[in-house]
Amino acid sequence: MSAAISPGAAPDLRETSTLDGTPCVELTGAWNLRSLGPRLPQLTQRLAACRGITHWDLRTVSALDHAGAILLWRAWGRHHMDELELRPEHAALFAHMGGLARGGHRPRSRDWRVPVRRVGSSMLALLAHLVAAVGLLGRVAIDAAGLARRPRRIPWLEISANIYHTGAQALGITALVGFLVGVVLSYLSAQQLKQFGADIYIINLLGVSVIRELGPVLAAVLIAGRSGSAITAQLGVMRVTEELDAMTVMGIPHATRLVLPKMVALSISLPLIVLWTDAVAILGGMVAAHAELGLPLRFFLARLPDAVPIANLWLGLGKSVVFGILIALVACHFGLRIEPNTESLGQGTTASVVAAITVVIIVDAVFAVMFSDVGSFG
Amino acid sequence: MESVVEVKGLFTRFGSTMVHQGIDLSVERGEILSLVGGSGSGKTTLLRQMLGLETPCRGEVRVLGENLHGRNPAVLQRLRNRWGVLFQEGALFSALTVFDNVALPLRELRTLDEDIIRDLVLMKLEMVGIGARHARKVPAKLSGGMVKRVALARALALEPELLFLDEPTAGLDPDRSESFVKLIEELRRELSLTVVMVTHDLDTLVALSSRIAVLFDGKLVVLGTLREVVRSRHPFIVNFFLGERGRRALETVWNTLGIGDTSAAPAPTGSA
Repeated sequence: MSAAISPGAAPDLRETSTLDGTPCVELTGAWNLRSLGPRLPQLTQRLAACRGITHWDLRTVSALDHAGAILLWRAWGRHHMDELELRPEHAALFAHMGGLARGGHRPRSRDWRVPVRRVGSSMLALLAHLVAAVGLLGRVAIDAAGLARRPRRIPWLEISANIYHTGAQALGITALVGFLVGVVLSYLSAQQLKQFGADIYIINLLGVSVIRELGPVLAAVLIAGRSGSAITAQLGVMRVTEELDAMTVMGIPHATRLVLPKMVALSISLPLIVLWTDAVAILGGMVAAHAELGLPLRFFLARLPDAVPIANLWLGLGKSVVFGILIALVACHFGLRIEPNTESLGQGTTASVVAAITVVIIVDAVFAVMFSDVGSFG
Repeated sequence: MESVVEVKGLFTRFGSTMVHQGIDLSVERGEILSLVGGSGSGKTTLLRQMLGLETPCRGEVRVLGENLHGRNPAVLQRLRNRWGVLFQEGALFSALTVFDNVALPLRELRTLDEDIIRDLVLMKLEMVGIGARHARKVPAKLSGGMVKRVALARALALEPELLFLDEPTAGLDPDRSESFVKLIEELRRELSLTVVMVTHDLDTLVALSSRIAVLFDGKLVVLGTLREVVRSRHPFIVNFFLGERGRRALETVWNTLGIGDTSAAPAPTGSA
């Protein structure tokens, strides 16, 4: 094996003097990446100690590569040594060093304004998101108006597929979560109500809170996490694989084919999911109330229509239509903004879910204020 | 001459199709060996076996003296720091900048400090003709030619002795392809690399190869210099090298090949 392949002798240096007595540094061994690695700190120190010497002899090294050359170059203070003796095959290694002296790739300096700028730029980013989302909503609205005039172009197939994916396939998880929340809520309320002998009000408490608030919000949060992330990832991958661009050049607008069907589908499937979650949560509450307070199931159901005005149900379902549209809008908005790289895909999906859940809760608060005197007890 | 890569009695089977049927091949230090063959002739599979990405069903692949498909994973790990690979599409990490892509293998060594890594990366980038102003860009913002150059810089980051190139000029326009070929040749001379290359491109093949291995139907048909290969008269070779495109690529080196046969002589330029 030649010296170039074998790790070779350990890199070493020693100070000697030339024939005419000038001090000289002589290098021996293999000065390449593999041999240098483990000995780097020690060699750097020893090289630094030789700083003043201008005569270097590299003819006896067994191997030299760019890593070794850079180490020497740095020890020489980033300029060529005047009296450098090396083997002809190593001369080319120092040819690329010229560009390095200029630098040009400096780490960014620390600045007290950085945090302020960061706050500012995140506010601007939020604003940009809002503007873009409103723009997307507008485009979808215009497309929807166009489709209303030509109903044959409505993408029924996509809408129905999306209803299946966002609705039918979510029945299991929403039922499980709804039932457990119903049980927990009923159990905790029953313990409090028992102290006041107001057992019967468990029906009002449970009915109103589940039908008006918990059912819609719970289902919307679950669907935002489940379907919102799926939508964003799907559109993001389509960006990465240039499918979105392919659609554009074929003259198929994204808004009509991708965004609109998802918004329509979620605005249909989410109210249905909410109705389902409400029913299961109340079932859970009934079972717990029966176990804790001994309330008969039949009595619970008979009292429910009187205890909870029907307006609460309409309010809950109405809200969920809005939630569905918003979840789809947010998910599509983030999906279409994903850049063609893996990092952006992950960040975009996370941001999409967080934003969708936040939007659901904010809009729910707005609804609570707007409709505060609807569906209350007379 | 010592062999850097040695393939002995290699058999590979995918399901019921035999991809390789007894291939013997060796790559000598300092040469550029090109693997040529029709699609499906198993040249990419052979390259992947040389990289330890796939295991043959029979036979042995030795790279830098080590048996690649032995049982010792530490051997493979050590070898992987001694070769560089340029994938067909570059395979740059899309989430990392150009700088971080090249720095990644150096950082993985965990022996170099960040200052030296910075200098090494910038120098490798300069070697392949990428200026420091592109260092902060992400791969998605680069042109196809630049992606290949950055990928080459990454392949050279660990100062390899052996370089594998998978279709180095595929997807580049003729101009860029030519300058990329020049770059590879320059770097090979400067860094005394041994190169194993898979290519379809005749111009690249003629410009770079010191020897050519022609695979056909799972067998090594001929292994030799361009002159020996062209002279061998195997139907695939006649079709590949002496077809219209082949003749055009060979035109510049025709006289040195010494083929007296007038029927195979290149058409004079300008005539229809």
